[in-house]
This record gives sequence, structure tokens and C-alpha cells, in this order.
Amino acid sequence: MSYIPISEQDKKEMLARIGVESVEDLFCCIPESIRLKGLLNLPGPLSEPEILEYFEERGKKNSFDRYLSFLGGGAYDHFIPAVVDYLSSRGEFVSPYTPYQPEVSQGTLQVIFEFQTLICQLTGLDIANASLYDGATGAAEAVLMANRVKNKKRLLVASNVHPEYRQVIYTYTRNLGLEVVEIPYDRLGRVDQKGLESALNSHTSVLLCQSPNYFGVVEDLKSLGELTHRHDALLAVVISEPLSLGLLEAPGKLGADIVTGEAQSFGLPLSYGGPYLGFMACKKEFVRQLPGRIAGQTVDAEGRRGFVLTLSTREQHIRREKATSNICTNQAHCALRATIYLETLGRQGLKKMAWLNLQKAAYALETLTAIPGVSRKFGGPVFNEFVLEFPTDWNRIKQKLEEKGILGGLALGEAYQGLEKCALVTITEKHSREKIDRYAQVLREVLK
Amino acid sequence: MYPDNLYYTKDHEWVKLEGDEAVVGITDFAQKQLGDIIYVDLPQPGKVLEARQAIGSVESVKSVSDVYSPVSGEVVAANSELAQTPDLINKDPHGQGWIVRLKIKDKSELNNLMKAADYEKYLEGLEH
Amino acid sequence: MINVIREPLIFEISSPGKSGVRLPNLDVPEKLDVLEGLTVREDLEGFPEVSETEVTRHFTRLSQMNYCVDFGFYPLGSCTMKYNPKLNEKVAGMASLAGVHPLAPEKLAQGNLELMKTLEKLLCEITGMDAVSLQPAAGAHGELTGMMLIRAYHEAQGNPRKYVLIPDSAHGTNPSSAHICGYVVREIKSNDRGTISLEDLAREMTEEVAALMVTNPNTLGVFESEICQISEIVHAKGGFVYMDGANLNALAGITRPGDMKVDVLHLNLHKTFSTPHGGGGPGSGPVAVKKILEPYLPVPIIEEKDGQYHLNYNRPKSIGRVKSFYGQFLVMLKALAYILALGPAGLREMTEIAVLNSNYIRKSLEGVYHLKYDSPTLHECVFSDKFQKDFGVSNLDISKRLLDYGLHPPTMSFPLIVHGALMIEPTETESRRDLDLFIEAMKAIDREARENPELLRTAPHITYVRRLDEVQAARNPILRWEKK
Repeated sequence: MSYIPISEQDKKEMLARIGVESVEDLFCCIPESIRLKGLLNLPGPLSEPEILEYFEERGKKNSFDRYLSFLGGGAYDHFIPAVVDYLSSRGEFVSPYTPYQPEVSQGTLQVIFEFQTLICQLTGLDIANASLYDGATGAAEAVLMANRVKNKKRLLVASNVHPEYRQVIYTYTRNLGLEVVEIPYDRLGRVDQKGLESALNSHTSVLLCQSPNYFGVVEDLKSLGELTHRHDALLAVVISEPLSLGLLEAPGKLGADIVTGEAQSFGLPLSYGGPYLGFMACKKEFVRQLPGRIAGQTVDAEGRRGFVLTLSTREQHIRREKATSNICTNQAHCALRATIYLETLGRQGLKKMAWLNLQKAAYALETLTAIPGVSRKFGGPVFNEFVLEFPTDWNRIKQKLEEKGILGGLALGEAYQGLEKCALVTITEKHSREKIDRYAQVLREVLK
Repeated sequence: MYPDNLYYTKDHEWVKLEGDEAVVGITDFAQKQLGDIIYVDLPQPGKVLEARQAIGSVESVKSVSDVYSPVSGEVVAANSELAQTPDLINKDPHGQGWIVRLKIKDKSELNNLMKAADYEKYLEGLEH
Repeated sequence: MINVIREPLIFEISSPGKSGVRLPNLDVPEKLDVLEGLTVREDLEGFPEVSETEVTRHFTRLSQMNYCVDFGFYPLGSCTMKYNPKLNEKVAGMASLAGVHPLAPEKLAQGNLELMKTLEKLLCEITGMDAVSLQPAAGAHGELTGMMLIRAYHEAQGNPRKYVLIPDSAHGTNPSSAHICGYVVREIKSNDRGTISLEDLAREMTEEVAALMVTNPNTLGVFESEICQISEIVHAKGGFVYMDGANLNALAGITRPGDMKVDVLHLNLHKTFSTPHGGGGPGSGPVAVKKILEPYLPVPIIEEKDGQYHLNYNRPKSIGRVKSFYGQFLVMLKALAYILALGPAGLREMTEIAVLNSNYIRKSLEGVYHLKYDSPTLHECVFSDKFQKDFGVSNLDISKRLLDYGLHPPTMSFPLIVHGALMIEPTETESRRDLDLFIEAMKAIDREARENPELLRTAPHITYVRRLDEVQAARNPILRWEKK
């Protein structure tokens, strides 16, 4: 079964028209010495039911779904309305290419235009692109973009930015002669402003911070913006939990020049880490430095509104080595899901969703810290994640919780020296009061 | 059709001498090749350029072309009108569509460039 | 398709108070003091408010404005727009696989790790390479990763080197990826057969050249028959051969990049391995390497020991991460399902029919459209508008007219070495009937070009919108909706 609709009869007639004896002859340009002599050593062919069974069997080897999970840290288990799966699985959305022929791609293009609008509304910035791979590459693209805008080699990155995002930034910048400096965090779990002030100098292009940050703490963006701007640097903010924007002030209104992030929370399943959805928005004046595809509005030959991919001269297929980024394919179908999700929830729904997350997290924080030996590590305000400190190494407690069917949080000790006794706990609207109470009860037993 | 008082390069820039200064733009041929110009990347005044160094770039919907300085010199002014109305280059490439004004370093460099008649001959060669 | 209804933007049909979903009520005590220290937004200004019916109609109507592979022939050259088997969507939707948190303890995700490791092994076998990283998110991302591996290797030898050689027929992502790795690009001109000339290569290849990036078959669909000699020239000066695997649909099961002495290549699971393009992503761009580059692969790598799978982050020579977590997992599942469905004979047949279909089109349109290079071609062929230009008709006009015939046009104006290019890649999943429909349409359009060129210059005529003004879009960018 090779999904091939050509019969033996077709093949014969087609070869006759081409004027060759056999299909083999069509490969005469490949030297004999490098031709495979037999078949590849691959399994299959498997039938449809065999394939389903194969994957179902592997699914059974994943025992994750038998646990009550409080894991987050850049990947969130949120409720997804049924309409998102239903509409996004239409073949007209799943099976087209990038909209190179706008006259027959108005669906995809209008969706991108609406996505860009929603991202602008959420971030409080002027323009947004059609998507990037994920939050981590978004963070890397953001610092590179800031470097193009300011043309200064020093890039500041807050140490409470997601550790994997920071790793990607290092990978992306290491060959470009750029200096990446990490800024420490303070007692509240926020960017240490004194540390920031001493790191800012006239060679600095940008401060990249995350809010809510990897500790779940919401940053004081206004102060960070004022500080960085005073040194003629940009403030770039990366957001891994964009649901927070249903409640928190838009970063663009607090001084952020570039906002990027991970929009997996908007209608994408956990998917063991991908595909996810990077987004990026910025001020209008940086438009020519914005990476990735952008959809724009125009008119057709009869004066009717239509949409096209525009400002393509920034991109690799035209500018080649001088392009703003090498990105080509983006995450269009993920952006479609996010658009359906956001438009379905709408103004009321998104606000309510954010409120549920905030309140449930607050309840969980209060309930869990009421347990003797458990305390809140950082004093800064949080949205739906927070760091708890325990009397002993978290990995030992984690193990005991796991034995009782609970994934209690993410260890922080590997990425942050001194936080070996701490865990990042995530609450979403899917955690009922009963689930939170169960966690508290088991934790109490474990710590006894 | 190409004015006699301009000098031309093989990359289709023109330069006009005005005292110690040179006005630079792209030729009618160049603008036709590019099509509708949508954006011009202009240099900052004070920038010092060698002959053949990129001044900036001119963009159409699906192409970007670098513009090279025909002579060495320092940028005195850039045509700020182009920021709002880049199509001036399409409408009047040898006049209102000028790109930069340079303070010339060495006038003898002009001798390396083509006069109108030579440029027209050069274009004829390209079309075959 | 019902194209009579003009679908507004969602923001224009919004009215206050509506929502498309019912959310649960708060089941914990509400506390207002949690807002302390937070700057809360006043409102979500301009955010839409619509019902579920309106959302459903909106997206259903938008979908009907799209051309797609499920609807018809999509011969975009170099994009491999093959049919996307529906089984694969079902597999990727299995909650037991897709529902796993990426930071779940390894032992709770053994099934997923096994599937990834299996795909790695199968890709090694198909490409003849030694190791694979599935982390890169798309083809260009795989390229970037591959070039970083090369740079890391050279750096470890004490000199990262300066240049990367790239033929003028290459995809734009090649020079762009090399540049982001800190390399200066040197272009190699194609010879009159459209391939790399050994003399030119030998002249350009020095000990300051880190790598040659080669697409094979190249973007003309022409196989670089001297690939082994090319590799030898590059290796003799200590450089690496990077192969752009975008055109693997011409080779799989017939020959292997590893056997051509290629050192690194990236694959496009969304091309060769049938995963859907989704209107421009998500793709997946695994990078495959020879042993010598394995220590530099991104972290983590998946290791297998006694049937247990483990993520290893302790790799001192690694270039680091190129993406969060492990890559586009759901896309990997679809590719794996596809390889299992085909099996070794099926994979070979896939390539054979892709090449047969392309040559059938080439033969049928030869003489009607101009073919700049007459070298034999594999899975794609590149015509140009040279004949039709005499009637004032360009490749753009031809493409737009194809839309009126209900067909998607080929890739236009690429590769850059063919002026007015029409680059056609049919893939193996097209029936003879669909191929003939395209061939007949192309012939009819050629006749129209001679008899009524204006018809082409003003095409398309029957699509949802007519030709769009891209100049206005770029000169006065409107990139979002705004409340009047």
C-alpha cells in the first residue's frame, strides 16, 4: 500500500509515451556504484488495522495518563473546546501548502490575519507575524531581532527565563560574535533590578525577560522597561503561559518593545512537546526586522478586500543570506487552532479562563503551604504556577508522590543551584478542588 | 533618452556632478527591471563610502537590489521623500527619484564611468 | 464550493456578551487579594464575541476558499505535495500518545520514546547515515542545525573556517542558514547541464571552506551524477558535504545519501514522508549525520538499554538545544505510520512512480513549454515561459490561469537560474487522470496565450478573489484589523 493510484496498465502506457522500456531506465543518471542492490531493511508493509494496533500498543507503554499531574513549565494541560478539533481537522486547512497563490488561499490568509490581530490585542503591540516554531526559538529570534535593531552586541537574558529557552538562545547566538549575559533573580523570584542596572551599558541591545517567569512570578515590566530604555536598549518579553494575558496588562502597554512566546496553551494538546506555536509581536517601527511570514490586507482587481503574504523581501527566499531569519515553514496549522480557540472563547471566555487559573492556583498555594514543612519560595505575585520549598531534596519527595499516583511538580535543582529543595507546581482550570485537595492530602502523608 | 549630464555604471546607477557634490540614483532601466518600488533603505548622513560600496537597497514586491556608490565620498543627504513615496524612483528615476547626495572625494573617479551614449550601447548589449 | 458569500473578519461580526463555549464555574473560594502586586488589564479591547454557530460557519466558509491536496493536483516543485493518508491523522490524535506532558518522567513515556527511537533508526536505514536528531522543527531549521554541527566540529579542530560553497540553483534557506552560522557564502555557478562543475568546485574548495551545501537531485530535478567525485574534492580539503534532503522523494529506496559520502543531511518529513503541510506548517526537519558528527548533535539524545529508553543530556560536545523539548512529536508519528504502511518495497515504488509521473508530464509538455536544460530529470522538471513571452504572457499569467481550470500552479520563478521558471513536481500520489487534466490544461493555456493573451493577463477570473494588489499591500502595510 503506497497510496499510489497508477495501475500496471497506466504504467505501461506512460512508459511508452516517455519512450523508455522500464521505470529502471528513468534512473540511468544515478551511477550503478551507489544504487541499492536490494530492498532497504525496513519493517512493513503493515495494514491499516496493524498500524493502529502498533501505535495503540506503544500508547499502553505510556503510563502518564494514570497519574494526577501538576506539571507545567512551558507546556500546559488546558481544556480544548470540541469545535477546535472539529474545524481544524478539515482537509481544506490540513492539506494546503503555504499560501503562495493568494487567490486560492484566502482561507489560510484570513486566518493568519485574524491570528496576527489577536496577538496584537493580547500583547498590546502594533504588529505580529504569522507564527514561529515555538517559544524557545521565539526567544532566540527576539534577541537576534533586537540586535539587528540596535546593532549592539551585548544581550541580557534573565536567568529566570525558561532554561530550555536560554539553551536555544545560546545555540543560536554562539556563532555570531554576540555576548549573552545572564541577570540574576531576587528574593521575590523576579529579575534583580540592581543586577540588571549594573549589567546594562552602552553596548546593550536588549533585556529578554519572561513573565510570568519560569518560577511562575509575574515580572514588574514597567520598571524593567524604564531601566532598559534609559540605556538605549530594548525590552523583549517572552511568555510561555499566554493565558495570563486574559488577566494581566498587555506587556506592550508597560514598555515592552518585542513580545514573543509559546501559544501551546491556546488549543494545542501537550503532544509530548510539539508541534507547539511560537508567536512574535513588536512595535511598528521594527517591522522590517521582524522574522517570519506576515499576512497583509489589500484589494483585488475588482477592488474587493483580500489578503496576501507581504513584506517578503525580509525573507530568505528573496534576500538569501541577508534575510532576517532562515525560517521558511512556520506553524500555520497550530496558529489556526489558536485562532479558533481564541475566537471561540472570545473576550468573556478568555477572561474567565484566566480567572479560573488564577483563583485555583491561589487556592492550591494556600492549601499546600498550610502543610507543615511546605513553604512558598518566592514572594512575587503569581498567575497559575508557583515554587514551593520542602524540608528535603525535592527528588525524594517527588519519588514518594509518584508512588501514590501524583506528579507533584517540576524539579528546579538541575537548572538552579540552591533550589534543590524546590519544585515548580502548575495549576490549570482542569484541576478541580477535589484534585488539589487530593494532592494536599497525599503530600501531607508523604511528609509525615 | 538617458540625460547627457549624468554618468552611468554597469550596475545601473547614475551620478550627477553638482559642484563638489554628487547626486546618485538608479537608472530608468533599473527601475523598469525592478518594477514597482515599495521600499528604499537609505544611509545615514555622515556615512563614508568607497566607490562600489553598497549605499543601501531598493525593494520591489519580490526582489531586493543593493545600490552601489559609483564614486567615493561622504553622504551629505539622503532623499527622505522616498520613505513615504518610494515610487518616485519609478516615476522620475533621473530626477525626483534621486537616492543620496555625496561629498565627492576624488572627481577623477568619474572617468571610470560611462557617458549616456556608452550606457545606451551597453544596454543594447544586455538585451541580446 | 459556494463562493458567493463574502466572509467578513470575525471582529466585524462580533457583538458584546456572546461566547462560543461554556466554562465551568469556580469551585474554590474566590479571593480578591491575589491581585495584589499584579497590573491587571482593563479589558480585552476589540477581542471577538461570537457564538459557536458563528465560529463554525466562519471557519467552514474560510476553509472553502482554500485549494488543498484533498481537492486536487498540487504540483508545487520542490514542495512534494503528496496525498496525506488519513490513518496518520488518527494515529497522531491518540490521546495515549499525544496527551503526554513533555517533562513527564521518562519511565511514564516509554512508548513515545520508543516510537521516536524507532523513527530515528528507520531514517538512518533509508538515508544510509549513522545517527539522527529529530529535534529540528522544519527543513530550514534542520539545515541550520546541520550547519551548526559542521561548525562545532571545525571549531573543535581549532579553526571554524570561513566559507560555505552553495550552487546558484539552491533554495534560499541554504545561504541564509549558512549565514546564521557565521559563514560567508560563496556561490558556485551551474554548468550548461544545470549541475556543479568539478573544475569550478576544485578551484573554490580550499582549507578555509567548511562545507559544500548541495541539493541532490538539484532544484532542476537533475541528479548530480558526479556526487561521489564532488564529495571527494570536498573531503580532500577537510570540508563536509551537506545535502539538502528536500528532494529525497526522488531517491528513497533507490540510493542513499550516506552511500554518496554525504556527511550531513536534513529531511523534510512534511515532504517525503507525507505529513500534511497545514497551510504552512508544522513541518519537521530531522538532521542525519555520519559518526564523525554524532557527538555534536543537539541534546537530549534518546538512548536504548535493555528495552528501556532514556534521554541523555550529558553530551559535552553537543551544540546544545535548537528547540524546546524533543521536536514536532505528532509529525514524527505520522511519518512513522507512513513508513510502516509502505514497507521497503512500497518506499521504492513511491520513488519510482514519483519519477515516472514527472517524466510523463515532462514528455507531454516538451515543445509546448520551453525546457532550458535537457538533462534527464527525476521527480520534478522545470519549464519556462520563454515561448509564451513572445505573446506578452509570463509564468505568473500562466499560473493564474491554471487557477481558473481548478488546478494549483507549479512553483514559480524558482530556481533562479531559469528565467520565468515553472517548476513541476507531481509526486506519486496522482492518478493518470489527474496528470492528464493538468497536461491538457497547460496545453489549452498555451493556445490561449497565442489567441487571447489578455485572458491570461487578467486571470484568474472565477476564484473567490481576483488578482491581488501585492504592491499596495507592501507599500502601505495593513497587518491587523483595527476598530474604526
